[in-house]
Amino acid sequence: MKRQQVIIGIVALVLGVLLFATPFMFIGITAVKSAAEASHLGLSLPSKWLFWENFMAVIKARNYMLLLAYFNSTVITVGAISLLAVSAAMIGYVIQRRPSKWNGFIYALILAGLMIPPAVVPTIWLLKELHLFKTLHGMILIQVAYGLSFSVLLFRSFIASIPRDLDEAAIIDGAKPWQVFFKVILPLLKPITITVVLVQSVTIFNDFTNPLYYLPGKDNVTVQLTLYNFQSQFSSQMNLLFMNILLVTIPPLIMFIFFNKQIVKGMTAGAVKG
Amino acid sequence: MKSSRSYPYWFILPSGLIYLVLFLVPTVTAFWFSLTQWDLFETRFIGLENYSQFFQEPFLITGAVNTVVFGAVTSIAKSILGLLLAVLLTSGLLGQSFLRTLIFFPVLVSTVGIGIAFTEIMHPARGMINVGLSYLGIHGPAWLIDPHLALFSVALVDVWKGVGLATLIYIAGLATISSDYYEAARIDGATKLQMFFRITVPLVRPATVTVVTLSLISGLRSFDLIWAMTKGGPGFSSDVLASVIYKQYQAGFYGLSTAGNIILFVLVALIVVPLTYWFNRREVDL
Amino acid sequence: MKDLVKKLTVIAFAFSAVSAASAVELSILIDNNPDTVALTQALTLAYSKKHPDVKFEMELRPGGAEGDNIVKTRLATGEMADVFIYNSGSLLQALRPSRTLEPINDIANFSNILSSFTSTVSDKKGNVYAVPAQTAMGGGILYNKRLYKELGLKVPMTWKEFMANCAIIAAKSKAAPIAQTYRDSWTSQLIVLADYYNVQSEQPNFADDYTNNKAKFATTPSALRGFEKLQQVSEAGYFNDYYGAATYNDGLNMVATGKAAHYPMLTFAIPAININTPDQINDVGFFAQPGDDASKNGLTVWMPNAFYLPKEGDHKDIAKDFLSYVATVDACNTITNAIGANGPYLIKGCTLPDNVFPAVKDMLPYFQVEGRTAPALEFLSPIKGPMLEQLTVEVGSSIRTAKSAAELYDQDVEKQAKQLNLPNW
Repeated sequence: MKRQQVIIGIVALVLGVLLFATPFMFIGITAVKSAAEASHLGLSLPSKWLFWENFMAVIKARNYMLLLAYFNSTVITVGAISLLAVSAAMIGYVIQRRPSKWNGFIYALILAGLMIPPAVVPTIWLLKELHLFKTLHGMILIQVAYGLSFSVLLFRSFIASIPRDLDEAAIIDGAKPWQVFFKVILPLLKPITITVVLVQSVTIFNDFTNPLYYLPGKDNVTVQLTLYNFQSQFSSQMNLLFMNILLVTIPPLIMFIFFNKQIVKGMTAGAVKG
Repeated sequence: MKSSRSYPYWFILPSGLIYLVLFLVPTVTAFWFSLTQWDLFETRFIGLENYSQFFQEPFLITGAVNTVVFGAVTSIAKSILGLLLAVLLTSGLLGQSFLRTLIFFPVLVSTVGIGIAFTEIMHPARGMINVGLSYLGIHGPAWLIDPHLALFSVALVDVWKGVGLATLIYIAGLATISSDYYEAARIDGATKLQMFFRITVPLVRPATVTVVTLSLISGLRSFDLIWAMTKGGPGFSSDVLASVIYKQYQAGFYGLSTAGNIILFVLVALIVVPLTYWFNRREVDL
Repeated sequence: MKDLVKKLTVIAFAFSAVSAASAVELSILIDNNPDTVALTQALTLAYSKKHPDVKFEMELRPGGAEGDNIVKTRLATGEMADVFIYNSGSLLQALRPSRTLEPINDIANFSNILSSFTSTVSDKKGNVYAVPAQTAMGGGILYNKRLYKELGLKVPMTWKEFMANCAIIAAKSKAAPIAQTYRDSWTSQLIVLADYYNVQSEQPNFADDYTNNKAKFATTPSALRGFEKLQQVSEAGYFNDYYGAATYNDGLNMVATGKAAHYPMLTFAIPAININTPDQINDVGFFAQPGDDASKNGLTVWMPNAFYLPKEGDHKDIAKDFLSYVATVDACNTITNAIGANGPYLIKGCTLPDNVFPAVKDMLPYFQVEGRTAPALEFLSPIKGPMLEQLTVEVGSSIRTAKSAAELYDQDVEKQAKQLNLPNW
């Protein structure tokens, strides 16, 4: 490392920490203060560290609503992601490999999914007709529908970089289409799959608007909705609100720590080749 | 090659069906509902009245302009900053992988949580930013409560939260540029600046397309952050189309809100489709 | 998967359940205001004590427009709880009560409910839909009594006197004459809404003419006055620093501690002041927003939220019996014990204890003289536009003039009137 790199590095580190870490420090510090100290909004250290007290107050609020919310959010995220990852890969595979006059149309439909804001009220009405309104599996299907376009696009461009010779060789060997896909192609998609899983699971876990519309009822509360519920309840207790923000941030943080390296790899391979 | 047999369309079915039923069908029915006066209990066909009513909304113009400004400002800022950060963070700096991590992390954090936190951080008197600026002898602006600044304050937070993703995409893009180009340029005696504009910028184009398109679409549709921070205020000064639509929905004007949704879609399409077309044509030229 | 959720729910809620084996369980949807929660808890507990076979399950929703939306959607989709709390007046009319709600004219204690209330929760056919959940409230100005005493000020009887008081406060004390809190933008509407007594005393037919599209805010001078008053105090610079970033709670704290002299607000804020700053609750007083004529001084009154039943409820009879209980003196006392009394009850025979807070005491004389109160416009006309709070923020922030805001508001209510299919629109 050259001297210049070290110096610029130090400057960048200082700036980076200032710009990107202090907001999180602020959240963390406010979360362990007393209500009175938290209302001053400062970055000063709390006179008394109330981590455990605030933590328990948030967990216990509304009959342990947060625990139930974690459970619901986990079920929705895991359910939607498993469905989304495999089926989006299948769609991306077919439309990339099979050029036909339908492609333009299919591509337009996919783009529509990226651009059109969902029509909320008709969707509620439809979900009710299908007996899916206010159910976790209904919510899972909604998340699959809304996340599909983005995932398919990522898979499609990644698959474009996999040589066709691979599947053709397998087909000549007599493999059935699903065997080709699941045994030959899918294993090669690991980097982009990780990216899709990470990006989508964070999106779904952090989703606030859709559960608000499609999943009412206190048994169905999700993690982001607790934030929203507590915002009015804790309006004079900023410390508890920020403790809640802190707790809501932990699952993505864990995901991130585990998959940090793979995200970059997946992006390298997928997103760029457009 | 019999592609029809090797790549069967039934692969599309499982999620395609879900997409059809839960996304496309409601979207199409929305066109019908947008032509009715609808209070969830009954619908009455009123033709295009919702559209004319929506266009008479005094704040629709503000909302539409704000939508475009917000989308443009955030996507331009994200692509420029993203590229610069990507170049910086691939130059072998001290602690560069830590910095990459740090900058990317906000992407993963809940928008609502960020919105709540930054509303306090941007408090004009007690907020961290203005307190920090006062140490430097600067009297900070009123951020979210200044009607001329509110939208840009939210945009600033949006860029803060999203620039990590842009950086990451650019880092990936930079990795695909062969180092031969730089070698050759160095032998020809090119400066770093020349190399940046002559080699990096043109060759990282696919990444630019991805960054601009993604952040433009999400910027034009942006709602969560604006709603969590200003609710479109003060007054109507940071209203975007999505928040105008949401307010109509809240007020129980479902037909009107659905019509607004369709107008938003048309606006997004009018901006994004030509842009994509233009990007793709340029690609062929290259 | 559903069973697992249920199981977890049962575990999570076992703490609160005082469960008996074969009890009927009424679900009850309420807003998350701490007072609402406390009074509902007290009422349901008292009722269960009398009827051990009836249990309640409370479900909370956010307040404000978000909450309206949830109530509307759940009624429309047939997912409403057995009992729910909601506003009376114009917001109720948007629920299409004759279509979605169960009339309660047949409950045992129906005749206990005062007609001044039932008129705000009924339809044209005379069906009444609700029992009040709290006392009537006043909309006016909370003020700091200590500051008034120190500066030798008197409660103003005209707007002119009020402005004179503000000028003295601005000159002689550090306090802000008026607290405004636009981070919670709904609080910005108070000066306009609480002026309605003055509108009515000058223009007794305004509400009817307004409903029939014959009178407008922008073209009726007395109605425009509310907007003008807001513009006037804003231009005079009487507001607290950074009022754009201040919250409702900030406003309450300011007026209680004397950092602000006045806070235009509804009296439902009094219990919250008592929770936030119990030592200062006796420093807070209340007066009606004055008009231009001292001889016509009176209070604009808000009707409280109320308990409603959806049309297709499962336990209609039990739910009705519960509502009938709410319309008793015993229930009033239960509410008083739970959250204190904030104004006159709307149930016959209910009285207030002698030790009510000073701000409540200040409000009672208005009710004792015929003609010194008038309901707020939203209880006289089904039309209320959703944009008012943004417009009043603009007027209060000197972004827009009173006249222009009133014109835009007139335009805004048109949508509501059309949606309700009112004649003449």
